[in-house]
Amino acid sequence: MTALLSVETVSKRFRGLLAVDRVSFDVAAGEIFAVIGPNGAGKTTLFNMIAGVLAPDDGAITFCGERIEGLPPDAVCRRGIGRTFQIVRPFPGLSVEDNVLIGALLHRTDVNAARRHAHDVMHRLDLFDKRGQVASALTLPDRKRLEVARALATEPKLLLLDEVMAGLRPTETDRMVAILADINRESGLTILLIEHVMRAVMALARRVLVLHHGAAIAQGSPEAIVRDPAVVHSYLGAEALS
Amino acid sequence: MMWSIYLNVVVQGVLTGLVYGLMALGLSVIFGVVRVVNFAHGEFAVVAMYAAFVLFKTAGLDPLLSLLPIAAIFFIGGFLLQTVLINAFIGRPEHDQFILLVGVAIIIVNVLLMTFGPDAQPTNLSYAFDSYSIGPLFVDKVRIYSAVAALAIASGLFAFFRYTRVGIAIRACADNLVGAAVVGLNVKRLYAVTFGLGLACVGAAGALMVTIADATPSLGPAYTLLAFVIVIVGGLGSMTGALVGGVLIGVSEALAGFLIEPSMKSMFSFALLIAVLVLRPQGLMGRRA
Amino acid sequence: MTRLWLGMSERQRALVGIVFVLLVFAPLVADRYLISVLTLILYFAYVGQAWNLMMGYAGQLSLGHALYVGLGAYVAALLWVDFGVGPWLGVFVAVLVAASFGAFIGWLGFRFGVEGVYFALLTIAFAEFTRIAFDHLGFAGGSGGLFIPYQEQRLGEWWNLRGGQILFYYVALLLAVSAVLLVARLTRSRLGYYWVAVREDEAAARALGINAFRAKMTAVIISSGMTAVGGVFYAFYYNNLFPAQIFDISRSIEIILAPIVGGLGTVFGPVVGAFILTPLGESLITLTEKLGINVPGVKAVFYGAILMLIIFLRPSGVWPWLARILGVWERRP
Repeated sequence: MTALLSVETVSKRFRGLLAVDRVSFDVAAGEIFAVIGPNGAGKTTLFNMIAGVLAPDDGAITFCGERIEGLPPDAVCRRGIGRTFQIVRPFPGLSVEDNVLIGALLHRTDVNAARRHAHDVMHRLDLFDKRGQVASALTLPDRKRLEVARALATEPKLLLLDEVMAGLRPTETDRMVAILADINRESGLTILLIEHVMRAVMALARRVLVLHHGAAIAQGSPEAIVRDPAVVHSYLGAEALS
Repeated sequence: MMWSIYLNVVVQGVLTGLVYGLMALGLSVIFGVVRVVNFAHGEFAVVAMYAAFVLFKTAGLDPLLSLLPIAAIFFIGGFLLQTVLINAFIGRPEHDQFILLVGVAIIIVNVLLMTFGPDAQPTNLSYAFDSYSIGPLFVDKVRIYSAVAALAIASGLFAFFRYTRVGIAIRACADNLVGAAVVGLNVKRLYAVTFGLGLACVGAAGALMVTIADATPSLGPAYTLLAFVIVIVGGLGSMTGALVGGVLIGVSEALAGFLIEPSMKSMFSFALLIAVLVLRPQGLMGRRA
Repeated sequence: MTRLWLGMSERQRALVGIVFVLLVFAPLVADRYLISVLTLILYFAYVGQAWNLMMGYAGQLSLGHALYVGLGAYVAALLWVDFGVGPWLGVFVAVLVAASFGAFIGWLGFRFGVEGVYFALLTIAFAEFTRIAFDHLGFAGGSGGLFIPYQEQRLGEWWNLRGGQILFYYVALLLAVSAVLLVARLTRSRLGYYWVAVREDEAAARALGINAFRAKMTAVIISSGMTAVGGVFYAFYYNNLFPAQIFDISRSIEIILAPIVGGLGTVFGPVVGAFILTPLGESLITLTEKLGINVPGVKAVFYGAILMLIIFLRPSGVWPWLARILGVWERRP
């Protein structure tokens, strides 16, 4: 079965610093795939290359059989990849509904049809009751859900989530995990997430990729990589192994 | 023989350019540190021109001397302006500040218009037509004096930013605002000092300008644009860039005026501004924002 | 159109209806001077609306909009004076020329990342460059000006904008109303939402599949084209064009006053702003003349002060505040 997203030996340098070092992995359709690693491991750079913010220096990124590396962010989104930002970026002066509406307008050119779709998405993300509120007035967990809702409204085939659990309390994390799991189960949406919060990774991901100093050091099921010595070493240092 | 005419034109351009550069230096300092786009910059220069003109007319004070009290007053004015007005706009979107200063500019130009009328007011110095002749060069004394004064003031400013505590503190604010606040620098006051210094430059430059041009209210917007062209071409935030840019623009305008037609000389500056904005926005000597 | 009307509340419809009726029937009751002031108000409401589109919605600061007024004016005037092509046809050429300039400036800015204040400076540079250029264009009259001759036999040819004050009043009214309708329509459209998204956060907008470059270019092209129509009106209303006047930066600033005072990014802001500023300015002139103070520049100082006051106290403009009081404010992006 051909993968939905295929990343092949992708590398990125920033003036002598090798941020991503020949990383390869595949994400199958309908899968939830996590990328983890200590800070500075290159996760966000990798993420940004898939999302079109950066172009890789080497390697290829294939989505639905088409090469997408080097395409600008809006072109990537139009091809079916939605993304959230690590530091959430709602349109501050607009209402929750208008935020999601703008996402929905990508594939529904009629404003009323887009609005109806936005309502559906807001229901899914538990935001419908807050649809009239101004985005800048929302709490962090609500803003995170808004970020996801907005990206979801673009009807992506692949959703990229950048540390969407960061800053959430455990109950809020569980809520977000439940929402994402439901969406994945019901619609078969493929999800690629960068995460630090292991609680979410263990609960959601079917497969995990571990990065360290820009290189892939382990790939496999969550249970397997958690026990992998190389992974433990990268997070906790050599003493942790002894 | 022709080359000596060109040489004269170029030299005149350099000397004028140094005064322009001093004016632009004020803008560069203000923008580089306080990050305010002073759209009333040229208008302030014209106020200084009128101040020098009035002081000359009433007290016979030579602009080369009156520039000192004028600069001092402008420093205080700038300090107050920043504290009272501009400070409230620091966090706001760029175009809000811009528009505020557009309002200030409009008021200044028209108050000058109402007070002095639209006609050009010349400052007739007794030695205005004396010149030095050095070989093939004929250089007006006033222009040499003004250029030297401009250079002296600019050097003073360089030294201030390099060697004094306040100067270094201000540079710290420009470099890393959060860091500066964290180490306990009184950012608001330093901003006010910077704005004051910037306007002091403008004041001095304006006083010197009366030796080059007649005081006219309509020069305000023209000088504002000129200052922006120089600062952007020379490099935003770079003090050397402001002077270099000033000289460059002074020379190119002089040459353009000589070769093409005097009324078209600004066209070249605007074309240059467009080219720099598009192709090399950091200017000749600035750092990338 | 009907959808817009249906989407309004009772109060909103009442307000719009009353104002519209008043404006349509004004010439029957008002004297010539008042009509000329109203004409000026409607003209500024129109060009202010055009600028509002670009700044208030798409978020691109242009301080050189007088360029498009001037281009529209000169193109239409030259076509009439030199080739006998009336403004009813000339306006299309004028719009084309101005929109091309706008597109070029937009392309330079957006393609090369010239943003914010730098973009504003870019627009100023183009306007100034063109002003000086026109000073030297012999075929356009140079600095001496271009004049549209008074031809008595042509009075009554409304399609050539040859007529009295009343004709120009209704043309200005038509323009202002069309501009309001256009902006109202656009802001509720997909494009309108995309403009707001790009203005609020361009990177986030692009992550949602929005082609920011195309959205911004569309705004600039529509805005510059619309402004050119104002220029055509200007040319045939005043019948004389001088580069130093029509392209001048003070004209560009004049254009932005009404939308800023009235309310950027609102449908009625520029109209309200024009209705506030122009009468105040004119009455100030009348007042100073009556008091014997005949000093040019008073009006401008007044405008400068108002500008500062508004940006300080009520940066979102008078209209949102006023509309809330009247109970006709509807939350719009």
